[in-house]
Amino acid sequence: MSEMISGLYREGEKIADTKAPTDVPLAQVWEQRKFNAKLVNPANRRKLSVIIVGSGLAGGAAAASLGEMGYNVHCFFYQDSARRAHSIAAQGGINAAKNYRNDNDSVYRLFYDTVKGGDYRARETNVYRLAEVSAAIIDQCVAQGVPFAREYGGLLDNRSFGGVQVSRTFYARGQTGQQLLIGAYQAMERQVAAGTVKEYPRHEMVELIVADGRARGIVARDMSTGEVKTYTADAVVLATGGYGNVFFLSTNAMGCNGSAIWRAHRKGAYFGNPCYTQIHPTCIPQHGDQQSKLTLMSESLRNDGRIWVPKKAEDCEKDPRDIPEEDRDYYLERIYPSFGNLVPRDVASRNAKNVCDEGRGVGPKIDGVARGVYLDFADAINRMGKDAVSAKYGNLFDMYERITDDNPYEVPMRIYPAVHYTMGGLWVDYDLESSIPGLFVTGEANFSDHGANRLGASALMQGLSDGYFVLPNTINDYLASGPFEKLDANAPAVVEARDEAQARIDKLMSINGNRSVDSFHKELGSIMWEYCGMSRNEAGLKLAIDKIRELRKEFWTNVRVPGKSIGELNQSLEKAGRVADFMELAELMCIDALHRSESCGGHFREESQTAEGEAKRNDAEYTYVAAWEFGGDDQPPILHKEDLVYKNIELKERSYK
Amino acid sequence: MNVTLRIWRQNADGSDGALHDYKLTGISEDSSFLEMLDVLNEELFARGEEPIAFDSDCREGICGQCGLVINGVPHGNEGPSADQNTTTCQVHMRHFKDGDTITIEPWRSTAFPIIKDLVVNRSAFDRIIQAGGYISVNTGAAPDAHATPVPKQDADRSFEAAACIGCGACVAACPNGSAMLFTSAKVTHLGLLPQGKPENLQRVTDMLNQHDEEGFGSCTNIGECAAVCPKGISLDNIAFMNRQLAKAVFKGL
Repeated sequence: MSEMISGLYREGEKIADTKAPTDVPLAQVWEQRKFNAKLVNPANRRKLSVIIVGSGLAGGAAAASLGEMGYNVHCFFYQDSARRAHSIAAQGGINAAKNYRNDNDSVYRLFYDTVKGGDYRARETNVYRLAEVSAAIIDQCVAQGVPFAREYGGLLDNRSFGGVQVSRTFYARGQTGQQLLIGAYQAMERQVAAGTVKEYPRHEMVELIVADGRARGIVARDMSTGEVKTYTADAVVLATGGYGNVFFLSTNAMGCNGSAIWRAHRKGAYFGNPCYTQIHPTCIPQHGDQQSKLTLMSESLRNDGRIWVPKKAEDCEKDPRDIPEEDRDYYLERIYPSFGNLVPRDVASRNAKNVCDEGRGVGPKIDGVARGVYLDFADAINRMGKDAVSAKYGNLFDMYERITDDNPYEVPMRIYPAVHYTMGGLWVDYDLESSIPGLFVTGEANFSDHGANRLGASALMQGLSDGYFVLPNTINDYLASGPFEKLDANAPAVVEARDEAQARIDKLMSINGNRSVDSFHKELGSIMWEYCGMSRNEAGLKLAIDKIRELRKEFWTNVRVPGKSIGELNQSLEKAGRVADFMELAELMCIDALHRSESCGGHFREESQTAEGEAKRNDAEYTYVAAWEFGGDDQPPILHKEDLVYKNIELKERSYK
Repeated sequence: MNVTLRIWRQNADGSDGALHDYKLTGISEDSSFLEMLDVLNEELFARGEEPIAFDSDCREGICGQCGLVINGVPHGNEGPSADQNTTTCQVHMRHFKDGDTITIEPWRSTAFPIIKDLVVNRSAFDRIIQAGGYISVNTGAAPDAHATPVPKQDADRSFEAAACIGCGACVAACPNGSAMLFTSAKVTHLGLLPQGKPENLQRVTDMLNQHDEEGFGSCTNIGECAAVCPKGISLDNIAFMNRQLAKAVFKGL
């Protein structure tokens, strides 16, 4: 064990993925892995059980697929129905290397774009596999009855998305996530009827059960009754989405949380790249301090909308329609002529922040600065006609009008970046298995495919590829050594996990201080947004770590959770448990951001920029995944580096000019 | 703005619920209805009272988890037409006047038992889907996506029906407590697609049997459901379902 680095962390041994074959060309790696993985024969699958936490695209698709294969699946989710998982809110689309547009797309190009978009911080083998199975996802969804947009000939339509120059995105108006999730949900409900999947609505995982070094189950709290129970299985899958709500204001659903992955992290699962968070450029700006969440609008709007701010700060209060063309700054088109308004999300977001920081933002002032830029459809309406614009974006325009009371057909929209997706997550190998044997992590909850920045329409692709095609072909290699010895309710590992979970709940209920959970959450969020948001620097991150520690101390001595912990629904208690975990995760995010003194993708370090103010990577020192091991309560975390080896792609400076 | 709220409070222990009055001041008209309730809950917390339990998740009008009867109307929908309707989480305070009294109740239906205050159990909807609201295709068994063209108008109509978010407002609005709009939306979504056709008649029969078993009432064409539906699901879906049902009966299913 090394000594402390910057007083914050230690460095441990390097780690590496050991599952992807290394002796075959990239295009054969997945095929080879599937062939080498041990199989479980259909008669033995009935004897094996798998717990899945989360019912979104990654969880729901896995539950359905594993159920169809004959495993006993137990699926837990905090919502009242599996159909509510936040995958449902994804609007824009899902990528697939179908090349239906004949615009020179291919598996290799999708792989290349994803690695480049992720700023060369993702694992080649995983990303290639994602591109490889993408086409089958579309086939699967169409067969399930997902009503993708079609053309008059009856074939599927495509659109283009930020960060790429081909049209490979399949969509269902502005509700792609909803339709894909309903497809997975229906497949899962079919298995519920068939008896292979059992669902546990309004249940949240509060602890992981690890016995003999293997993940063997979870402790879950029934949110309706407050009952805390243990559930055991042969393997556990976490498909719990991202941790963007650490910022309080984000595009996540109110209930999205990092507790399941954080509990697993505390039990030994390494956390990969926690500082990689994606700030999405096209969200509706904040209206004031009563705001509870931020609403994203699909970045497909950037296909036809033009982003601008006034050239002169004194024009910012004017009606935008009265500002003549020569006084407008279409800054993305100006700085990035070849990609224009379609630059990747991190680039679009950072530039919006820059122009607002210069005092050229528009709309209501938050803490004295107008935080908004125009997204203008006037040209598109002139070019295509209002009806065509409405056919493409009607529901987004309606949503915008409902929230802001402005009509985007008449007045330019105002947008501002908001926390959206977390590329970081639990570290997994090529089989999607974490550093705890038997604990698998899929979708946004793992770190694996998007590197330091995710391209548009790739989250749905990853959730479904993990759920339908990857996990069902890798988990068998682990389950083939099962069924493992039965764990009964009195086994020490089970009792210990349940007691830990119960003690934590009792502690939260007993503090009886003066502050509400939400007030702590908001304060934590503002620290994170200020110092670990769109741009970060060393001094700010160090300050943030101190502030978080102080806030956490206050939380555990001064929070008050009203109501009872047993016998009834207690939403304050649910939130308290989640915020308690965010308080710890936030610190790790800042430590990770601090240690990575390069800019890459969604992580912009002010100390590391080019002469033009663009992100500057440092490949010589930082071409690795930071996988953090939990060091113990109030102990420094331990950093394990996984070197990223690029055999098929040459590392280049990302240029969208 | 300042408002008076009359809110239904009820414990899960089977005891009777009642409406309670709360005064609330200083609400921004740009706040959403649920943000207004968040502010109320923070005030209740400060006064040492227990916050009001209500459901919401995405707060973007798409997940279907929120749902309150506002002034007697599910989701508070008061738009002149169904396509202007919305979910509770997308109602904004600017649609109310300063000094208004607003009554807030949960969905009321035998098939949706109250869990606490404004939170209900809608698992009955999941069971209707389990009965047949899917296309039977296993993972990996799909032909190429372009193998079966779907006429655009069918795909569009199917999409319109698939826009249902399963929130249950249709049930809350119906004097009979029927879930026909919800059920027919799924029957139509899948029934119009070539992939769904093989199971059409069995699907409609099984789903309707489950619908009745859950204690939902029957449809008498009142149309309150479509009038409040946040996604503009049309009564045409019920007509489509009835035609499917007639075919199924004729076939003796």
